[in-house]
Amino acid sequence: MTELVLRHLHASLGGARIIHDVSLDIPGPGFIGLVGPNGAGKTTLIRAIASLIPFEGDILLDGIPLSHSISPNHVRNLARRLAYLAQNAESHWPIEVSRLVALGRLPHLEPFRKMREADEKAVERAMELADVARYRGRDVMSLSGGERARVLLARALAVEAPLLLVDEPVASLDPYHQLRIMEVLENYAKNAGRIVVAVLHDLSLAARFCDRLVLLHEGKIRAAGPPDTVLTDENLEDVYRVKVFSGREGETRYIVPLSRTE
Amino acid sequence: MKYDTASRRYWAINAGLFGLVVLLFAGSVLIGRGFELLPAKFAEIAKIDRALAWLVLEQVRLPRAALGVLVGATLGLTGAVLQGLLRNPLAEPGIIGASSGAALGAVLVFYFGLAAGGAMAVQLGGVAGALLALVTLYLLVGRHAAIVTLILGGVAITAFSGALTSLALNLSPSPYAAMEIVFWMLGSLSDRSMTQVWFVLPFMIVGWALVASTARALDALTLGEDTAATLGFNQTSVKARAIIGTGLAVGAAVSVTGVIGFVGLVVPHLLRPLVGYRPGGLLLPSALGGAALVLAADIIVRLPVGGPEPKLGVVTSLLGAPFFLFLIMRMRRDTA
Repeated sequence: MTELVLRHLHASLGGARIIHDVSLDIPGPGFIGLVGPNGAGKTTLIRAIASLIPFEGDILLDGIPLSHSISPNHVRNLARRLAYLAQNAESHWPIEVSRLVALGRLPHLEPFRKMREADEKAVERAMELADVARYRGRDVMSLSGGERARVLLARALAVEAPLLLVDEPVASLDPYHQLRIMEVLENYAKNAGRIVVAVLHDLSLAARFCDRLVLLHEGKIRAAGPPDTVLTDENLEDVYRVKVFSGREGETRYIVPLSRTE
Repeated sequence: MKYDTASRRYWAINAGLFGLVVLLFAGSVLIGRGFELLPAKFAEIAKIDRALAWLVLEQVRLPRAALGVLVGATLGLTGAVLQGLLRNPLAEPGIIGASSGAALGAVLVFYFGLAAGGAMAVQLGGVAGALLALVTLYLLVGRHAAIVTLILGGVAITAFSGALTSLALNLSPSPYAAMEIVFWMLGSLSDRSMTQVWFVLPFMIVGWALVASTARALDALTLGEDTAATLGFNQTSVKARAIIGTGLAVGAAVSVTGVIGFVGLVVPHLLRPLVGYRPGGLLLPSALGGAALVLAADIIVRLPVGGPEPKLGVVTSLLGAPFFLFLIMRMRRDTA
């Protein structure tokens, strides 16, 4: 069972304090949405959890503390347990899709050894899950934006890490591909018992797919919990500075911004 | 399974390139000035003195061919490493400043007339220059340098060493020394000895080992530095190994042959599509391809019968530049 705990987390960028005293408890598997306006510190928070930037306070993954300056062995061990998909991720070389997805197995390979059968199976599973198996032989740069986003997601899934961090996975995708990606993340969290933390801007998608939301505002947690308790009209007006229309279609909640409040 | 067929293809490419290197090595030993073949030469000299004939083989032909392999492999390998590290197909081994540092070190030895002071004086000067350039780069950019800072630091060092080299030429005490400097800088494998081979070998082996250890990290870097870091590759260590390894190997190469251009740029570029653009998978083929290209170019320089032998560095650039233009034109056509 995976558990992620943040205790009194502080993080700075270029001398400016971005994250103030964030404490959060994610006691078990689930799909967690990290929402908040631009500049709220979502990306900084997720990068701190990924140990990509220095931070103060404690981040515990399954009780083991993470830190930015860690030994090579620890780095390797951490890389198996934490996968990260960057905002605007891209491939710098036109490599084959299956090769790119296989990069997700690098943390699992022994030095000087090739991929084992278990690794190849994990790559296949990830490609199936993200529905990119049929592009396996294609050069990743020849794919459309939506296809490429799914391939890059498959790379992160292939790590099969208990904790998956994704930064704006559905930005710049059409509605069809947005739903596809959200379904993939939901399944990854649900079926495999893992924690997925995703930075999201589309509140309707966040409300519909996530088990829990964390609303970040000016580097602090404003609200955390089930979507309905977090995305209240009051919170949205206050944090996003917009009046919203919030409705329901069966189980699905949708949130439409109507006007700016200032 | 699927990965096995790709891996068979990969080893076939390496085997093919290795075969080519062996062939060209044999050619380099066999073929002399004006396409005079070794057996003929050997018979001719053996008429006078059999021991002398062996000496020609051991002390002239073999070191030349061996240096061709070592220097070519170094340029191909480090070119591939730097292109992978910087994620830029225009990077070449000279970009970090170590080769211009090595050139400056060697030129200063000529300038102060120390070249006659010992068989290895020029090489020692070259390696010292390369190491000094690396230390300067470290002092300039620090331990956790960003890629852009590294490139800018390398450019600054290259420019400064280049200026000092020009100054040495400018103030050169005699036209003869200036001539010596210029000819040395053009890059050549001729008149080298086995002593020089043994001198550069340790630097190259350490350098090769350091850069080769980054192969997987280079694959991971396909997805950018952040992703590579979360895949378990400490970026500070990866950069340090790539830069120090390149500095050692290329510094040693330049110290013994002068500057040989375009090999480190063109070879990785040419072979990349054959290995499916994998930066880590490119290292071995690129090393073999570099060795083959330098050996081939070094055979070409021997073909003119009369007059001075064209310098190797001149020939590689003469062949390399138009070829590079051709690649650019093709790239432009593909993206148009």
